[in-house]
Amino acid sequence: MNLTGPDIRNLCLTALAFGICALLPLGDNGYWLGLGVTIAMFTTLATSWALFSGPTHYISLATAAFFGVGTYVTGLGFDSLPFWSLVGLAGLIGAVLAALVGLATLRLSGVYFVIFTLGLAELVRQVITWVQNNTGQKGLYVLTDLDEAGIYWWLLGLAAAVFLMGWLIGRSRLGFALRIIGDDETVAAHSGINTARAKVLLFMVPGAVAAMTGAILAPRYVYIEPSLAFAPILSFQVVIMALLGGASRLWGPLVGVIPFTFLLEAVSSNFPNQTTLVIGVAFLVIVYLLPNGFVGLLDKILHRINAREGA
Amino acid sequence: MDILITGILLGGTYALIAMGLNLQYGVARIMNLANGEILVAGGYFAFIAYTSTQLSPILTIFLVAPIAFALNWLIYRLMLQPLVNRAKNLGQLETDSILATFGLSFIGVGLMLSFFGGDYFSYSFMAVPVELLGNTYGANRVLSFVMAVLICGALYIWLNRSRAGLSIRAIATAPASARLVGIDVKKLSALVFALGGAVTAVGGALISTYLTLDASTGVVFTLKALIIVIMGGVGDVRGTIVAALLLGILETVVASLLDPGLTLAAAYIMFLGILLFRPQGLFGKKPT
Repeated sequence: MNLTGPDIRNLCLTALAFGICALLPLGDNGYWLGLGVTIAMFTTLATSWALFSGPTHYISLATAAFFGVGTYVTGLGFDSLPFWSLVGLAGLIGAVLAALVGLATLRLSGVYFVIFTLGLAELVRQVITWVQNNTGQKGLYVLTDLDEAGIYWWLLGLAAAVFLMGWLIGRSRLGFALRIIGDDETVAAHSGINTARAKVLLFMVPGAVAAMTGAILAPRYVYIEPSLAFAPILSFQVVIMALLGGASRLWGPLVGVIPFTFLLEAVSSNFPNQTTLVIGVAFLVIVYLLPNGFVGLLDKILHRINAREGA
Repeated sequence: MDILITGILLGGTYALIAMGLNLQYGVARIMNLANGEILVAGGYFAFIAYTSTQLSPILTIFLVAPIAFALNWLIYRLMLQPLVNRAKNLGQLETDSILATFGLSFIGVGLMLSFFGGDYFSYSFMAVPVELLGNTYGANRVLSFVMAVLICGALYIWLNRSRAGLSIRAIATAPASARLVGIDVKKLSALVFALGGAVTAVGGALISTYLTLDASTGVVFTLKALIIVIMGGVGDVRGTIVAALLLGILETVVASLLDPGLTLAAAYIMFLGILLFRPQGLFGKKPT
């Protein structure tokens, strides 16, 4: 692998940033740590979402489904298996599930994919509820010795892995192939790229990551039941945050996650019934005002400044 | 037999709802994900009209239709037309319209929640039994089915026999060429989008006579309508009706033989089958 000077500098700076973030639990164990967990969770989910949807422009609403599957892996296995293996297992199941969904829908146009993923969480929720009703269970207690700080560190580690993976994919043949697919799928197919295979492979990344995130967060809920684990709103929040920040850059979603988490936090504590309204307005803001997210806005401003200096 | 007829009765109303979505997607090229909220709004309207003034839902639909028509026309003109204008290709329009109508859908749910609260609403209208082929069914279901058949039939004849219908089908088949033969695509697209919204709202008013709705059930109906439209083939009225009846029957079979909680899962299995084996729809031609 050929690393240039700026590459090494960026890697070091990113590692440093993660190191600083990891110190948060030492400073505060209450409100701010809770917020940190939420931000780490959405950063992981939104960044991995953008890895797939950024280059391909497919809008995936499957996050909640994978996330829910992950929480159930922890819920069912926490007293027989060590925690780290549950996270790995959740990732594996998420990847397989994503591959199946991808194989069924990604050969077709984007609309089919959106519709299929829209109902996926509801589908899995109905099946699990049905199984539970037939076996007489209601929900699951997840009692582990993992505390808030532990969850935070796990999520931070996962987020770092997602960033590293995104960076590696961007440099790989697969990443190159995906950028061509995003620009023009017909051209990509004609230059010998197996477009369906590339898309399915990439879709496995957000699938695995969302399932792992769910597995890590399960101990935080203590008690899980289908309607909680598969709340469809999560998928929409992830889409908004990623697009608000901008899905064209690796760090783009992060720029959307932080302000939107604070906004939702403020709205849900002051006007608890208006969160749906805020999400709706956020979608419209993205489409009409920020089609390329904050990143696109920044690019535009920089471009303008450069043009003025050049003239 | 009992299950079959209940399924067909349900499928009739589904056909009406899916017809609205199919007009919007097939002609105006807008995948309207706020479709379910229009339906629920139509249901609320019928509910309020019935509980406050005892106005029969059958008459209410003549009020619901023009209001929904005007509202959807405004939505198309103000919000969706700019997206159509700025889109460089069909893929971008699809992504943009999906995001925009998701926004509208959430705003719709949010507004209905703040006006009416999150409670389920239902009212008792014509809840008397009717006998059909040896079994009894609610009169409201039968009446909704008859109304749905009448409206679907009228739409079908209008689309296939009238000059306006011919223009609309031309846009659905080839939007770029339709302009060349002197069809005002922009104006007609807006009108068809509005018409689709009106049809869906009427479907909502009819379905509220026998199903319990609440502010956030819209998305379930959107999903069912989407599945029906894809199964029947985009822009295909006949396919939509067949697919809606199939879905109605399948849901009733699963609900009565297996578990009422699995109806969406059943619809999904059907959807998956279509995606794997006939992605062009039941009667669609294979793309060359």
